Formats: sequence, structure tokens, C-alpha cells
Amino acid sequence: MEMQSKARGGAGPEQVYLDGLAAGRFEIQRCVGCGHAVFYPRWVCPHCGGAGLDWFAPSGAGVVYATTTVARKPEQGGDYNVCLVDLEEGVRMMSQVRAVAPEHVRIGMRVQARIAMIGDAAQIVFEPSEVAA
Amino acid sequence: MSLRDLRGRAAIVGVGQAGLGQAQGYTEQEVLTQAAMAAIADAGLSLKDIDGITTCSSLSPMWGMSVVEYLGIRPTFLDSTMIGGSSYVAHLLPAMHALESGQCNAVLVCYGSTQRTAKFNRADLTRVRKFLDPQPFETPYDPPMPAAAYALAASRHMHQYGTTRKQLSEVAVAARKWAQLNPEATMRDALSLEDVANARRVCDPFTVRDCCMVSDGAGAFVMTRADRARDCAKAPVYVLGNATAVWNRQVSSMHDLTVTAALESGRRCYEMAGVGAKDMDLAMLYDAFTINTILFLEDLGFCEKGEGGAFVDDGAIAPGGRLAVNTNGGGLSCVHPGMYGVFLMVEAVRQLRGECGERQLNSPSLALVHGNGGTLSSQSTAILGTRDAL
Repeated sequence: MEMQSKARGGAGPEQVYLDGLAAGRFEIQRCVGCGHAVFYPRWVCPHCGGAGLDWFAPSGAGVVYATTTVARKPEQGGDYNVCLVDLEEGVRMMSQVRAVAPEHVRIGMRVQARIAMIGDAAQIVFEPSEVAA
Repeated sequence: MSLRDLRGRAAIVGVGQAGLGQAQGYTEQEVLTQAAMAAIADAGLSLKDIDGITTCSSLSPMWGMSVVEYLGIRPTFLDSTMIGGSSYVAHLLPAMHALESGQCNAVLVCYGSTQRTAKFNRADLTRVRKFLDPQPFETPYDPPMPAAAYALAASRHMHQYGTTRKQLSEVAVAARKWAQLNPEATMRDALSLEDVANARRVCDPFTVRDCCMVSDGAGAFVMTRADRARDCAKAPVYVLGNATAVWNRQVSSMHDLTVTAALESGRRCYEMAGVGAKDMDLAMLYDAFTINTILFLEDLGFCEKGEGGAFVDDGAIAPGGRLAVNTNGGGLSCVHPGMYGVFLMVEAVRQLRGECGERQLNSPSLALVHGNGGTLSSQSTAILGTRDAL
């Protein structure tokens, strides 16, 4: 049962989420009360105020909701993408679409999540679904 | 008692600004004090009359205490609510409650920043804030905040409603045209639609000319109960309504990037004031980025959702246009020292008093002031009016 609760191994939801990514698992929460998927990880459901939040693995499929290309000098790595992605389970997250030039990221583009190292932490990034497939 | 009972019960009786642009060699406390003393003198009061204060800072979480100590006052009312740039609009209603209850008699609302010239500057603050105030579900993706959040909103608005690059530029050009009529504005050089679109890219669709400036500056105003305001030095400007709404902190937590909590703050403010968008002679809308003006024109009912781009087209909010918006030149061209809310208030008061020289509107009686904070996170709307509007 402990594996089903929002806290695990003495850690709160935020740490549980990041530990999951570090171990290669992308898991988010769902409210046992109202059924809404919840992101980012929390202690209470922001939809109904319920305290019962279980972890589950989303499909990783999503759609770009909003996007911007951030201008950066070539010597610092060049332009990069920052976007908001809506997962098919109904939650939104900030991320980056990679494996495609930033100016080719479009609102409505179907994307697939994968885990990538950003600095020293595992995080979710996305790739266009056709590339990922 | 309802909020309607507070309509017009308090007034702004003095305003002041200091250090706009660059205040080299001065501290935040020093420019704040200059603006505060200007506002107190403008009201015909003295520092010892001030028994209420609201202030907050981007740098210091205990800023209220520092200001109280520096000024040597012993206030019976202190509010340091910090919700970003809208704070100095959001301080109105708590101050009105405190004045109405008799908790205090004269409230000084004051802000100062030297983020442009200080040794610890805006860039340092952005770097340090990643540690002091982490946003663990956004920061890893390195969004240049706050610009990236507003750029995401602009991308969505353009996608959903067909808002154009040119319409964003119209907002910047209109602000600049007003600034050219304001001797206190920081940026007054000619600016064309092409200049905006072709300026240095920041994050698409924004160029640097879609973004408010990084400047120094301080602003302040003084509030009293309406009965006492009549004895002050200048014509009182009455606070007819104020409401604040917060729905989120991070842009990634917004339900719809094209709809802000201004929808709610505006509705509640109009309800308190008993007037609507159509009644306004002036709209002071917090233009941290060009998309802001478009979003707030929509959310505050000056046009339908999605029609903000068309509303601002062809110089419609520039001098001589259909609606006077940001007549000081706005955060885009007048001043933007980190948090800009207090300067919206100062300009609205000056317009309603008829003190704006070349940019003065023709006998305005009602002004809407709208503050925004964070990354489209906090929204506070106020309606100010002359005696005729009571």
C-alpha cells in the first residue's frame, strides 16, 4: 500500500517524483476522490481538496499548448525551445521539445515524453511523436 | 456592510515620483524616501501625519520594518503584501478598510528600486532567486523569466485568435508616442512598428521592444478618508473600487494562457465601483510586455476575448486614439523599476487632477488602474474618480 500513497520511503511528493525520474520512471498523481490527474506533485488535490493522491504512469503522449524560441548566442549553445505541453491525461507541464529545431516546434504538435538529464537531475523533455515512434 | 459602502470613502491626496530612469549613487530607501516626501508635500501634510504605511520590496522580505525605521514613524497600520508588480494597486483596499475603521488616518503607499544601477542588479536578483524562491517544475527548462511566460501567452493568443506581430508592435509604438509627450519618461526616441519587430530577439514572438525596460525609480501616494481629503492641498482623487485576484503563481499552472485573473479582479472592482469599462476616460494597464495590454483590454471588458489585437490596431490606443491607455508611456517607455504598480496610480491621479501638460486628457473623471504581478499571476484592478464621479 505504501507504494500507492503520495509519500514514499519518508519522502514527500516532490522528492518521490524526482526520485522516480532518476530511476527511469515517469509517474504523476491522480486524485482518488475526483479522478483528476494532478501535476505538479502535491499533498492535496487542487481540484477537489481531497488528500488521496495515487501515483500512476502517464502514457507520455502530449500536445504542445504554447511555445517560444528563446534567443541565445551561438557560443552559449544557440536558440532553444521552452514550451507548455498538455499530457493526454489532462495535465499541463513546462518542458522543452527536443530533436527538432526550436523554430519548428508548433502549437498543436503531437509530442512524446522521455527522460533526459538536465544538469545533474533527470527531467521530462519531449520529442515530436513521429520522431519518437 | 458591503464593499459598496467603501466606494469613494477614501481618496488619494498626494502623489510623488523620484529617480526615474537612473538613480546612480542612491539606495532604494533613499529614492523611496524622496518619492514619499514628494507625495506627502503634494498632499499638504507632513511626515508626522503619516500613521499608516504599505510597502514591499523585490529584495527584502521584511521591507516594511526597514521603511518604518528609516522614516521614524510609528504606524498603527502596516501592510507589506508582496504579490509582485500589482502590489501597490492591491494595497488600496486594505488601506481603505484601515482608514474607514479609524485604525489610521493617513496611509503612505511607497516603493523604490535601484535595480538598474545598484551593484546587486536585476541580473543578480534573477540568478539568486533560483535558489531563494525555486520553481522546481519550470526552472530546469531555463525559461528566461518573466519574458518567457508572457511570450508563451502571446504564442497562444496569436494561435487562438490570430493576433499579429504588427498588433503587438502597435502596443509598443502607442506607449512610445505617449512617452514622447511626457518629460519624465525614460525612453522618448522615435519608434516605428518596424523598429519593434526588427529589434533584438528575446524569446519569440518578443523582441526587446516588446519588453518593459529595466530602470530605477520610486513612486508614492498618500490616502486619507474622503472627509479629511477635502482639507488637503489638492483636489482629492477618490477610490471607487479595488479588487485583487490570484489564481496561480507559475505560468505552467494557468488554466488558459489567454485568460487572466483580471477577469475576476475587474468584475469585482466594477461591482464595487458601480461603473463599467465603457465609462472609463483612461485605462492604466500594467504593460510589462506588449501582450499584457491586449490581454487586459479583453479581460477588463474594453473588448471581447480575442479582439484585443484588433482593438489596438492602427494607433487606437496612441494619443488621439479611441481609448487613452498608459498615458505616461507605460512600463514599456516611461519607467519600470522591477515593480511598476505605484506608477500606474500616480499617472491616473495626475490625469484626473489635470496635471499632465502636453499629454493631458480632456477633463477625465474616471480612470481604471490595473496592476499585474509575477508571470500573469496576480491581478489587481482599481477605479479612481474625481468629485464628479462620486
